[in-house]
Amino acid sequence: MRKILDHHVAILLGLVVIGSVIFNVWSPWQFTEIASNWEFIDFTVKVTWWITGVAFVLLGLFMAWAIWRYKYHESGESHYEPEHPVLESWLTIITSIGVVIMLAPGLIAWDDYVQVPSDAMEVEVYGEQWTWKFRFPGEDGILGATTVKKNVDRTFDGTTYEPNITSLNPFGMRDDDPHGDDDILIASNVLHLPLDRNIKVVLRSKDVLHDFWVPEIRAKMDMVPGMITYFWFRPTRTGEFEILCAELCGRGHHIMRGTMYIDTQEDFETWLDAQVTWAEMKAGQKPEEPIVAKGRQIADQNGCFACHSLDGTSVVGPTWKGLWGREITLSDGATVIADEEYIVESIVEPNVKLVEGFGSVMTPYAFEDDEMEALVRFLQETAE
Amino acid sequence: MATAEIPYQETVPLHHPKTWIGKYVFSQDHKVIAVQYGITAMAVGLVALFLSDLMRIQIAFPEFMDWFVEDYYYQSITMHGMIMVIYLLTAFLLGAFGNFTVPLMCGARDMVFPFVNMLSYWVYLLSVIILLLAYIPGLGGPTGAGWTLYPPQTITEGTPGADWGITTMLASLAVFIVAFTMGGLNYITTILQARTRGMSLMRLPLTVWGIFVATFLGLLAFPALFVSAIMMILDLKIGTSFFMPAIVSLGQTLAYDGGQPLLFQHLFWFFGHPEVYIVALPAFGVVSDLISVHARKNIFGYRLMVWALVFIGILSFIVWAHHMFVAGMHPYFGFFFATTTLIIAVPTAIKVYNWILTLWKANIKLTVPMLYALSFVLTFIMGGITGLFLGNVIIDIPLSDTYFVVAHFHMVMGVSPILAIFGGIYHWYPKLTGRMLNDTLGKWHFWITFLGTYIIYFPMHYLGFIGVPRRYYENFDSSFYPASAQLLNEVITYTALVVGVAQLLYVINLVHSYFYGKPAGDNPWGANSLEWCTPETPPGHGNWGDRLPTVHRWAYDYNVPGSEKDFIPQTVPQGQTS
Repeated sequence: MRKILDHHVAILLGLVVIGSVIFNVWSPWQFTEIASNWEFIDFTVKVTWWITGVAFVLLGLFMAWAIWRYKYHESGESHYEPEHPVLESWLTIITSIGVVIMLAPGLIAWDDYVQVPSDAMEVEVYGEQWTWKFRFPGEDGILGATTVKKNVDRTFDGTTYEPNITSLNPFGMRDDDPHGDDDILIASNVLHLPLDRNIKVVLRSKDVLHDFWVPEIRAKMDMVPGMITYFWFRPTRTGEFEILCAELCGRGHHIMRGTMYIDTQEDFETWLDAQVTWAEMKAGQKPEEPIVAKGRQIADQNGCFACHSLDGTSVVGPTWKGLWGREITLSDGATVIADEEYIVESIVEPNVKLVEGFGSVMTPYAFEDDEMEALVRFLQETAE
Repeated sequence: MATAEIPYQETVPLHHPKTWIGKYVFSQDHKVIAVQYGITAMAVGLVALFLSDLMRIQIAFPEFMDWFVEDYYYQSITMHGMIMVIYLLTAFLLGAFGNFTVPLMCGARDMVFPFVNMLSYWVYLLSVIILLLAYIPGLGGPTGAGWTLYPPQTITEGTPGADWGITTMLASLAVFIVAFTMGGLNYITTILQARTRGMSLMRLPLTVWGIFVATFLGLLAFPALFVSAIMMILDLKIGTSFFMPAIVSLGQTLAYDGGQPLLFQHLFWFFGHPEVYIVALPAFGVVSDLISVHARKNIFGYRLMVWALVFIGILSFIVWAHHMFVAGMHPYFGFFFATTTLIIAVPTAIKVYNWILTLWKANIKLTVPMLYALSFVLTFIMGGITGLFLGNVIIDIPLSDTYFVVAHFHMVMGVSPILAIFGGIYHWYPKLTGRMLNDTLGKWHFWITFLGTYIIYFPMHYLGFIGVPRRYYENFDSSFYPASAQLLNEVITYTALVVGVAQLLYVINLVHSYFYGKPAGDNPWGANSLEWCTPETPPGHGNWGDRLPTVHRWAYDYNVPGSEKDFIPQTVPQGQTS
């Protein structure tokens, strides 16, 4: 007992080392089961894990032993030897060899990771605060060009432009690129991909950095506005997987999730056939009265659709679908009819009469009378 | 160096302060400035510690604090990270330890530019005040962009504090860099120009070497942060597009066009990676000295330790993009930066070997500062080897932006340098105040902090393996997390709360011992380096009386065969033993 107390520092440090090893063996928390071709990543991790693990145990236990063995004695003397070039050289050489053994497989795997196989099928992942959209290239196999702004005109007085990414063109397709017409647009956060096909994931962002990541696939890459990034993988088992955003992208970062299904080829094709192309989406858009079109443009330019959907889904604010003329319950329990008076009030003083279940996050907007009229007409129109 | 040479500082008279304010407030004495730096850094560090406990509660018990909304969480991660890295660790290791040890260990009366040194502290204090201005109600709170401040989100509406929060942050960083530059020029000039007779560079204690190399890194790296802060302020305030491409922020197409977000990341990490070593190298130095003194044995492989510091310092400038393996830069960069990063492991490993070999055949006194130094080594090994995972580009792909990264950097540059700081304070407090710190309180604080942080961060790596992403306000509703991971999360939070509260023991010890601690005498640890040879304890203004000390040997003559005592101070001539 006395001895244990005397040497409690050495014992506790040794226990920390041994405890770490036991925890590692016993831990139920390991890599999530892989679902892609990147087993080589897991292999490289294992190599690194063994080399560093052995080093950790040897160094840690040697330290604990030395603290035990060479604990202070009044009569004790330490060994005076400032340098030992032979020992120092050997340690340097052994460490270098260990580093090479870890680095080599890593670089080989990286070489594989950055070179996309030529038969890979493309899918574009399109990130925005705080959801995902997807695009397939369609029959021609080419993703049509996109742009954030159109009709950009730069003069000494300043730059003018029109927004190209709008509620009528959510993917920002360029109208002068015919490759875009057969592109298949998935305006939801659910993606299906076929099993055992090499897939090149092309990454694009509309606003800030995001990162498309499915832990079971292992691969990830940031999406950077203004440029196109990519990675590739081959799914090796079917199932449902969660898509996460892995790069901080603002206050909704943690809700930026999605679902990726890996299907058999047949199931995948069935699903893909049911999706709309850009040409179909354009054809389905009814021509709008000038005042309604103006209202839509105002809503687009002011970013209304970031919070209010047109398809019935609730995002940050209530959807506009079916809103007009409906009786709605407010947060204080009162009810009100969503007529022109209420809509205008909610734009000018948005936090006075909150719809039940929504927070007071909207900033007040002021519009000219004709703009407000157009906006109200647009809301009235979209409700149907 | 010939002993006849008269050191520069012996020829210039010191300006002694005439008033109380001149002595303790606007003081030009490096020891007073060190204390001012230290107290300010610790105070702001306690704020960051408090934020971390709030975040841990939110992560483990999301229902517990309803008022802690998304914005608060993201603002807290940002402020916690920035405060800890810049305003605590950098400021403490260089501002407090640098100021205290450099003149004393070099045998100088003071820094070479005492007035600039004083300004350095006051400008640092100003930067802290500007940083905390963001908490004034009505300004929208501090920025929630994460301490890396990546644009475009830093200055767009989807991020909390995208207007005043980020402005005060960038302004504060710019001001901090001014303060750091004034201090840094002092440390370097003092080390190069004001060493006393006989103090050759290769006789300097490793603490001074660590601070010397780290200061060089800081002077070369901080300008990259400075320009990126200025460029971002221009993007924000006058609409330039350095870092801003054409984007649609929350539905609104912004006027920005043609900028490059990756440019910011390169600038940031060109600063950010050396910053890791700005924090690590002084800690290396302090720990080397602590281990040698308390193990009563010379540091093993002194020359290699010095060259490893220099080599790490140089290499630290060509590894920065290992923070950007998934950033979308050209993929071929991965080969280069993975290789340089793993090469830097070699000199780092050599330092670890030499610390441990110093213990071999030593006569180890397990004093409280020694406990901190030993725990530093073990924590640093853990943090270092996980760096070998993340530096190897392909392994970084699945692990980046997960809790593995959080665990890694907290081990290697959070807990490790903090343990070195605690150890250093215990070691030098007797010289600073003339009194010893309380050993019982010290041991309690040590074991709770060391074991506690290990329990917090070691298992956290495994959350990263599962794939738990970092910087998530809410985490545990995902299908692929085993339910047991939530349990682990709760354990981590409980431990973090205990460790957080235990830091008060340290504060109590510092205050209590100042008044009631045992008198320390001139050299309570039996150490060799010059600060223990001052004629008075605490050393007066000017440190050495009329004549500067003369150095005859290196700082590590412990248990030299044939000597009667187990240490020979640097001032003892060759051939004599005491």
